[in-house]
Amino acid sequence: MSTAGIEIGLERETPAGLETEEMTLNMGPQHPSTHGVLRFVVKADGEVMRRAIPDIGYLHRSIEKISEKVGYHGFMPYTDRVDYVSAMQCNQGWAMACEKLASIEVPRRGEYCRVIACELGRIASHLISVGTTGMDIGAFTPFTHALRERERINNLLEELCGARLTFNYMRIGGCAWDIPPGFVKRASEFVEQFEPLIDEYNELISFNKIYVERLANVAIVPAEMAIAWNLVGPNLRGSGVKYDVRKDVPYSVYPELEFDVPVGTGERGTLGDSYDRYMVRMNEMKESCRILRQALGGIPEGPVIAKVPRTFKPPPGEVYVRVEASRGDMGWFVVSDGTAFPARTHIRTGSFSAMAIIEELSKGLMIADLVAVIASLDIVAPEVDR
Amino acid sequence: MSLINTVPESVITTKVDEVLNWTRKSSVWYMLFGLACCAIEMMQTGGPRSDLDRFGAVPRATPRVSDLIIVSGTLTLKMALRTKVLYEQMPDPKYAISMGSCANCGGLFQLAYSVCDGVDKVIPVDVYVPGCPPRPEALTEGLLKLQDKIQQERWLVRASDEGSAAA
Amino acid sequence: MEAAEIHRRLRDKLGNAVEPTLQDGDWPACEVRAAAVAEACRFLRDDPDLRFDCLSNLSAVDRKAADQIEVHYHLFSYAHRHQVVVKASSPRLDPVLPTVSNVWPIANWLEREAFDLMGVTFVNHPDLRRILMPEDWVGHPLRKDFVEPEEYHGISTRRESLLKI
Ligand code: SF4
Repeated sequence: MSTAGIEIGLERETPAGLETEEMTLNMGPQHPSTHGVLRFVVKADGEVMRRAIPDIGYLHRSIEKISEKVGYHGFMPYTDRVDYVSAMQCNQGWAMACEKLASIEVPRRGEYCRVIACELGRIASHLISVGTTGMDIGAFTPFTHALRERERINNLLEELCGARLTFNYMRIGGCAWDIPPGFVKRASEFVEQFEPLIDEYNELISFNKIYVERLANVAIVPAEMAIAWNLVGPNLRGSGVKYDVRKDVPYSVYPELEFDVPVGTGERGTLGDSYDRYMVRMNEMKESCRILRQALGGIPEGPVIAKVPRTFKPPPGEVYVRVEASRGDMGWFVVSDGTAFPARTHIRTGSFSAMAIIEELSKGLMIADLVAVIASLDIVAPEVDR
Repeated sequence: MSLINTVPESVITTKVDEVLNWTRKSSVWYMLFGLACCAIEMMQTGGPRSDLDRFGAVPRATPRVSDLIIVSGTLTLKMALRTKVLYEQMPDPKYAISMGSCANCGGLFQLAYSVCDGVDKVIPVDVYVPGCPPRPEALTEGLLKLQDKIQQERWLVRASDEGSAAA
Repeated sequence: MEAAEIHRRLRDKLGNAVEPTLQDGDWPACEVRAAAVAEACRFLRDDPDLRFDCLSNLSAVDRKAADQIEVHYHLFSYAHRHQVVVKASSPRLDPVLPTVSNVWPIANWLEREAFDLMGVTFVNHPDLRRILMPEDWVGHPLRKDFVEPEEYHGISTRRESLLKI
């Protein structure tokens, strides 16, 4: 190409068109938009990515090995750290796996406490997710709105269990503490005030033209691809597969509660694009509000925890328990050998598979879109690495 | 040191060191270095309720323009080597806050095979903030402690004082 | 479909490579000879009545007492909503299994994880290298007899108790 007589020798014309050199870029592990310590090696041709190769393990904290050292009860605080953005469901996954191993029945009041805690946690997690999606795309305001609401949930959960982030609320056989006085009223107030805010949030950002342009038709995952790559949770539902562990493999008291499973519809683009995944999360917050309203209204009397011996020794066996965490179907595989320490724990998480699919998805996207894709898949580093 | 209010008229008397330190401590730019759970609390500290901005601390994305690195979270061995590189990229004078038990001493993950027990094994740390995770108030306190430390530094020292007044 | 029926069909197809008894449990398990894993998985995915379109989980378990590494494949079918576990074992000294990453793409990463943490070699895997631990790490940490190294690149992994000071 020549401009006004100056030869620029960087590009060469070939019969196939303009030939440029492939560039290798390193993104992360410390990068503000990778949601923690994720790293990508991006092979790019100008702005267009040929491939983004994820490199994980920067937050591998050997949680699975630790379970073999600390025993069943002692592992509960570590489950918080598997997914710190919504720790409640991880607590529940571990508790359910142990209960299944030892066939323990959880009192109904305990189950209700769990459901309330989990759904509050789900809203808090989705708020972070949609907030950071906005921030990664370049809109800072929605993030502060989301954090503002999250602080209120943190206050509620702090009342419940004394911690803002790493709750350690559940125990094998139930919950650690009963609901404090006045909690139901305050939580109900929060739900009433929060639900209209979702619509406000939608008006502020979800239907914004720039926002839609950045997300719609980007990184489309068809249903078969999502299943083969084992995408779970909102990512799977964004591709139009109506599957929710709470509905399809019912656990806890979810069968008694009424709620819908929102799926992607391709409303602004193609089914399974980033916008669908984002929108599923928005709609799920509404469903969580619905569940919360019912659960808060129907808490039965009774104890919150069953009698479980201090030295918990489940009979030998294997269980694979799945719970619907905020990032989808989380699998807890626990092998017991009859001692007080698990022989093996394996946690299969939603972000792990979401991270694996990125290499496939990134082909042909722009570099700036990579950030949007990570955000729309809602990847958090500890879940990938554990 | 409240420079503005002590002498309301027009004359302000102070020492060069104090002015320098006052300006430095009022604009501590920190690098976003969220590693694990504590990073969420760091985000909330920068968020609307605790608002770290009021102390002149704003997040930066790159080490090259930041004065402070807040190591928040578990430092794995794989990450430890990178942390050192990032710290070395920061321009002097630079400070480090270690946030959370993991960064202080390994915390819960002392039992782990892949975790570096404490960030002070790789970089020098000025302020340790305990907690798992520390509340936003605690991190704010940590920043204020660091500001106190900055305020006490001596830049213009006579050659004879040098040994005793090293900051 | 009932697990017993799935097991029967698998045995019809693969004969003696499948153990004659179905292991009961919350997810019933068919034990398969290590060499036949890939074939079994391919059959389970492709048979129209079975259609296990999703590999839900892949875990390796160190059975030190039996001197075996056991690999569990948790399969789930979104099409028929049924589930089964395929189990295979291999000697601890040098566990080798055929890869299923050409059956389900997600197996690629799950197998890399099992290789990294348990040291299971998956034959014909396109890219079998460490995934979570650093490339230059020695040993497979989830093995029962793994010993933590004293230091890594000059960073010691030991810390004096803070209470002593
Ligand atoms: S100190 Fe606690 S909250 Fe902070 S990173 Fe460590 S485990 Fe997570």
